[in-house]
Amino acid sequence: MKILVCISNVPDTTSKINFTDGDTKFDSNGVQFVINPNDEFGLTRAMWFKEKQGATVHVANVGLATTEPTIRKALAIGADEAIRINAEPTDGFFVAQQLAEVVKNGGYDLVIAGRESIDYNGGMVPGILATLLDMNFVNTCVSLEVDGTNATAMREIDGGKEKIATSLPLIIGGQKGLVEESDLRIPNMRGIMMARKKALNVVEPVDASKATQDTKFEKPEAKGAVKLVDNVDDLINLLHNEAKAI
Amino acid sequence: MSVLVYTESENGKFKKNAFEVASYAAAVAKQMDTSVTAISFNASENESLGTYGVSKVLNVSNENLKTFNAKAFANAISEAVAKESASVIIVSSSTDTKFLAPLMSGKLQAGYVPNVVAAPESTSPFTVKRTAFSNKGFAQTQINSDIKVIGVSNNAFGAHENATAVSVENFSPSLSDADFTTKSIEVDKVVGKATIADADIVVSAGRGLKGPENWGMIEELADVLGAATACSKPVSDLGWRPHGEHVGQTGKPVASNLYIAIGISGAIQHLAGVSSSKVKVVINTDPEAPFFKAADYGIVGDAFEVVPQLIEKLKEFKAQNA
Repeated sequence: MKILVCISNVPDTTSKINFTDGDTKFDSNGVQFVINPNDEFGLTRAMWFKEKQGATVHVANVGLATTEPTIRKALAIGADEAIRINAEPTDGFFVAQQLAEVVKNGGYDLVIAGRESIDYNGGMVPGILATLLDMNFVNTCVSLEVDGTNATAMREIDGGKEKIATSLPLIIGGQKGLVEESDLRIPNMRGIMMARKKALNVVEPVDASKATQDTKFEKPEAKGAVKLVDNVDDLINLLHNEAKAI
Repeated sequence: MSVLVYTESENGKFKKNAFEVASYAAAVAKQMDTSVTAISFNASENESLGTYGVSKVLNVSNENLKTFNAKAFANAISEAVAKESASVIIVSSSTDTKFLAPLMSGKLQAGYVPNVVAAPESTSPFTVKRTAFSNKGFAQTQINSDIKVIGVSNNAFGAHENATAVSVENFSPSLSDADFTTKSIEVDKVVGKATIADADIVVSAGRGLKGPENWGMIEELADVLGAATACSKPVSDLGWRPHGEHVGQTGKPVASNLYIAIGISGAIQHLAGVSSSKVKVVINTDPEAPFFKAADYGIVGDAFEVVPQLIEKLKEFKAQNA
């Protein structure tokens, strides 16, 4: 089985978000970038397929050269090879078209992406990719087993879970549950050394249209001071009469 | 050139978000000087959509579509888009919709913008405001494609009555076996309880509760309020509560009217995830807990004392205001 894990390079979850250039760009000054958490759960599941079922695992990222430390981290975790499509990922529709080219050329059986990136939250790349390539698709995937060309997946639904039967070639939009938080791997020194020797192929983007464009950003309004009360009667009274929430 | 809205139902009954997206579609149609067509699957009471500004409903009655199937639904909706020559498609932000909307985006070569919180700033160019950076910010996003798919955030725009004469038509999309290559074989779902996605009130607890055995009072408080239960990330990582309850940046976002956080200190990732909730209450022993800075109301106190009192007093309040 040949697996492609699509990874996005995103600000660490603890980052404070600021904007620059007249609020038209994300301010990356002082921000630590990481593998998008939803993608990292998928990458870790891919490592399981590599170790237990002999799968080959490649990672792909659409990004400029600044994303390479994040890609190297994926290689240090255990991916065999990496592909970077040399373009700025400003639109999900554009990114999906770039990845479609990689999947077509690479002959992958399984494509694992995160259900969304935690920066721009488009949540569309795996789904669009599935239509472009006419592959099966399961979103918000929380478990995945593959037996030959048959796949059984669980997906999270509002208020529960749904078990799904499908087949390869398959694309999933993954999230926590594919593996547990405690299964995530911190690259060790040997992994980091080996990652330096692994192939990181840079390819130029194909011509593709952008469907959307973020023109301006803003931060949420600052919250007013909290009203502290010292008994539950006052709280119920405020929630009922002032906030009209109960 | 109409506006098409996908109105979700469950067991034939429209979900709350169906009326929100219908209201949103009516607002867009008004800006574009056109009308709203809805598409529903095996729904009864289709006429009720007229209350929210829908003038035509395409109802799909099909046994094979009684269970949600993203590809089949996306293809059926896409066929309705062609039939109605719709240029704007409005959908919700439910988990099912976030599954099918990208498929429509790919199929229709349509720009898709999810998590939209307000009516379009302008329809030419088509610009909407959405949340970004996991609720730590907002973006104005312009859609440049001919067809546009807008995912409206839960509980952001609200349902607005706008009585309109409505006609209901049966619609039979042409589906084939190729639309059913991913099959639902089992659904495990809590019945008769509010879910985090559509609850008006969410009661959430963190490590301050000390162990999973103490969640009885959280569930009781949720029952009294008709609320959904949720938890912080460490609690789900420790296995005290299921992952489906984890709210925050890598878990679920919460956009309820009221969010009650008990024994949660308020890590930046958690605060991002719940920032769309309208009113936030924090109960925590530590007056320095960062959550107090992001809350509307707070009680500095021990959850094991405050929560049982709150349950008692809320029961009295409910009895008086029933």
